[in-house]
Amino acid sequence: MSKPYLRPYQKPQKLSDYPLGTASEAGYLVTKNSGWRNERPIITDECINCLQCYLYCPDGVIFKTESGLDIDYDFCKGCGICERICPKQAIKMEVETND
Amino acid sequence: MRNQITAKTITDSEFFYGHKACAGCGGSLAVRIALKVLGEGAISVLPAGCMSAVGFNYPHLCFSNNSIISTFAGTASMLTGVEAGARAVGIKNFKAVGLAGDGGTADIGIQALSGAIDRNDDILYICYDNEAYMNTGIQKSGLTPFGAKTTTTPSGENIHGNLRPKKNLFEIVAAHDIPYAATASIGNLKDFMNKIEKASKIKGTAYIHVVAPCPIGWGIPVNETIEISQKMMDCGLWYLAEYENGQFKLNRNPSEFSSIKDYLLSQSRFKHLEDADIKILAAQRDAKWTTIRKNWNTAEEDL
Ligand SMILES: Cc1ncc(C[n+]2csc(CCOP(=O)(O)OP(=O)(O)O)c2C)c(N)n1
Ligand code: SF4
Ligand code: SF4
Ligand code: SF4
Ligand SMILES: [Mg+2]
Repeated sequence: MSKPYLRPYQKPQKLSDYPLGTASEAGYLVTKNSGWRNERPIITDECINCLQCYLYCPDGVIFKTESGLDIDYDFCKGCGICERICPKQAIKMEVETND
Repeated sequence: MRNQITAKTITDSEFFYGHKACAGCGGSLAVRIALKVLGEGAISVLPAGCMSAVGFNYPHLCFSNNSIISTFAGTASMLTGVEAGARAVGIKNFKAVGLAGDGGTADIGIQALSGAIDRNDDILYICYDNEAYMNTGIQKSGLTPFGAKTTTTPSGENIHGNLRPKKNLFEIVAAHDIPYAATASIGNLKDFMNKIEKASKIKGTAYIHVVAPCPIGWGIPVNETIEISQKMMDCGLWYLAEYENGQFKLNRNPSEFSSIKDYLLSQSRFKHLEDADIKILAAQRDAKWTTIRKNWNTAEEDL
């Protein structure tokens, strides 16, 4: 299993720090998307592990674990597609608070 | 051979991740799923458009397979070069795949696409169709449907949005006698995944046209992208089909259509339509389905 992941990024300080061409390392993430979200999906115990939310999430942030599914909240945008696709209403959207 | 890939069997790896597409973006789901089916051997070519804009923001690069941006017009010609180049340097088990929008495919990119099919280059071209030029702020493309309001086809007292019908790109591509072409929708990922799988094994050019709604341009809530795609098929304004060995095949033949009015009026781009406009769309739909049912293979399939 692999996917693009967050890595440190040192802002270029001098001209020679900039890349020479337009190509750079694939799957190199430097910013999260969590700040876009007003609501947070929570997978509840009603889940029957049918994987439809995993499949239909446009951001691919629902992932399989040994005991079921989990969500990468660093990149979930809170769109609510997972909640709508779930045949068991097992996903609840909770309003995000600032803490 | 159909329906082998499921949510269970598809790879856990993600190749399009952390991207900056709007919440609920249909195009990003189409790209994500296509790359999961194709795997790390995919070399993707994305022209100007939302998916390149949201995927490549140096140093934030959201594709983990080899990917490159092409000119707006040149998706298919760059695919030709990528395929020939990869073969020339001895790379094995790769697939050159284009991921282009409706504007990039049906309008400015159609010549390059036509040329690639004519040469029968060994490439897979996927058009994610959100029915307008979204990345530049919702202008009409050749795939914008009749009646849709865009910034270049506004609706007023006399003119009710786009005056022209949606180009039938699937049949335009098929008319080249391409080895494989298919329509799909993000409203049915099982069908889409298995068509990608099938297309990836085709020797020669393959084309998949996947409807991928844009909540911003269509004027729907961000959590309704999948439902609207399903409604579009249920009301008969989109169909799942394949072209292979010179034959058209309908994959799903609904016995009755759901309300076309309900589909249209749940989107703000169609809110201005009057009953007379909706009648025109319904008549176009009925004429299309009559021809399909008369001329195409409509044997039932389990989708
Ligand atoms: C030759 C050229 N003309 C115009 C543009 C500006 N442009 C960039 S993206 C875009 C719209 C793309 O629309 P579409 O192909 O439907 O993809 P979407 O943005 O909807 O995903 C346009 C017009 C460009 N980059 N190059
Ligand atoms: S769609 Fe619902 S039931 Fe299915 S895996 Fe997701 S949360 Fe569980
Ligand atoms: S809210 Fe949207 S981005 Fe977040 S897990 Fe659900 S489908 Fe994915
Ligand atoms: S404007 Fe539409 S197509 Fe573009 S990223 Fe946003 S939702 Fe996707
Ligand atoms: Mg478009």
